[in-house]
Amino acid sequence: MGFLLALAGRTARLSLGAGGGAFTGLVFFLSVVAVVPFGVGPDLPLLSRIAPAMLWIAALLATLLGLDRLFQDDRDDGSLDQLLLSGQPLELIVLAKAAGHWLATGLPLVIGAPLFGLMLGAGGEAIALVTLTLLIGTPALTFIGAIGAALITAMRRGGLIVAVLVLPFTIPVLIFGVSAVGAAASGQGPATPLMILAALTLASSVAGPIAAAAALRAALD
Amino acid sequence: MTALPGGIVARLEVSGLQVKRGGRPVLEGIGFTLEPGEALAVTGRNGAGKSTLLRAVAGLVPREAGRIDWTSEDVPLVEATHYFGHLDALKPTLSTADNLALWSKVAGRPGLSAIEALEAVGLDHLEDLPAAYLSAGQRRRVAFARLLLVRRPLWLLDEPTAALDIAAEATFGALLADHIAAGGLALVATHRPLPVAARTLAIGAR
Repeated sequence: MGFLLALAGRTARLSLGAGGGAFTGLVFFLSVVAVVPFGVGPDLPLLSRIAPAMLWIAALLATLLGLDRLFQDDRDDGSLDQLLLSGQPLELIVLAKAAGHWLATGLPLVIGAPLFGLMLGAGGEAIALVTLTLLIGTPALTFIGAIGAALITAMRRGGLIVAVLVLPFTIPVLIFGVSAVGAAASGQGPATPLMILAALTLASSVAGPIAAAAALRAALD
Repeated sequence: MTALPGGIVARLEVSGLQVKRGGRPVLEGIGFTLEPGEALAVTGRNGAGKSTLLRAVAGLVPREAGRIDWTSEDVPLVEATHYFGHLDALKPTLSTADNLALWSKVAGRPGLSAIEALEAVGLDHLEDLPAAYLSAGQRRRVAFARLLLVRRPLWLLDEPTAALDIAAEATFGALLADHIAAGGLALVATHRPLPVAARTLAIGAR
């Protein structure tokens, strides 16, 4: 257990450190949000209506962009060999690394969301709900993305291919994340979409590490 | 099977090992046994499969055929093995002590602290230095310090003295001798004579 916590902490520190890419994701999130009003035009009611969806799409893309080095760095510098010999199941190692990665890349997006929501003219309730759905939903994006990151570790070049591989599988998360805000606006109450979103995160926290560990094992050579 | 003062009762037996890489057989019919307090030097020219043999024993390369039997009363092979390969597993942005901190928490009997391990390889004055600024030989020494953090009976060393200066080579020799004297096992791929008494397993390229 101490090893897994230390691994999660180290993954977060490496991601936040120089060249780690955690802040690139946050800046990318900000860039997308900043560009939307220029594309949509100065129509504040429209902007505030699409704000939750724009925030979610920006967060989704920002999450996926930072995933490609999740396991590749460890493979390139030999850390993956040592992790395999650590005595912990590879599934838990993936879980710890994904959790550490989310702390460094996903959590800043959640914290930044209220500010970026204001930039898009979203209302108070919508901002609160988007922040809540991002908090519940972004871990699912990281866990699903870990599968893609594990699949490309055997390839010498990864980059955007992780985002392309993973994007289709993240669509349910996006749908229920955005629809929770929509349901609240239409007076139905956000409970049902929120619960499905939580279920997606819990399910992916199990399926993601298992699938990613299988991909890493298949790539051993 | 013999028990030694270090309390280690273990035996490694490899037979009929066959490993393919890229569809090409690299190792065929490799067999040897290793008892506590014993070192085995694996020799052979470049490309003979020395590294592949070590990785196969560590379970880092799938094997086509053959058996790897690890007889031990307490730990499975994966938790009994220290693998010291060509890659140093150092993160350039972390300090040398921080790099070692994670590996002191892996399964196995606790050994030295990170500082003591760095002291043992003569690098304790560089504990705060990011690993990016280490020389090739210093990187090897930090990577070797990892083996001292947690006591594991089987050391798999892949050309351990590459890039080491003469003093560091002597330090390494003393640490390996300590490990063997305490009843440890070592499988060493090397082109140079080992500093401890060792049998030799010559493997040929094909």
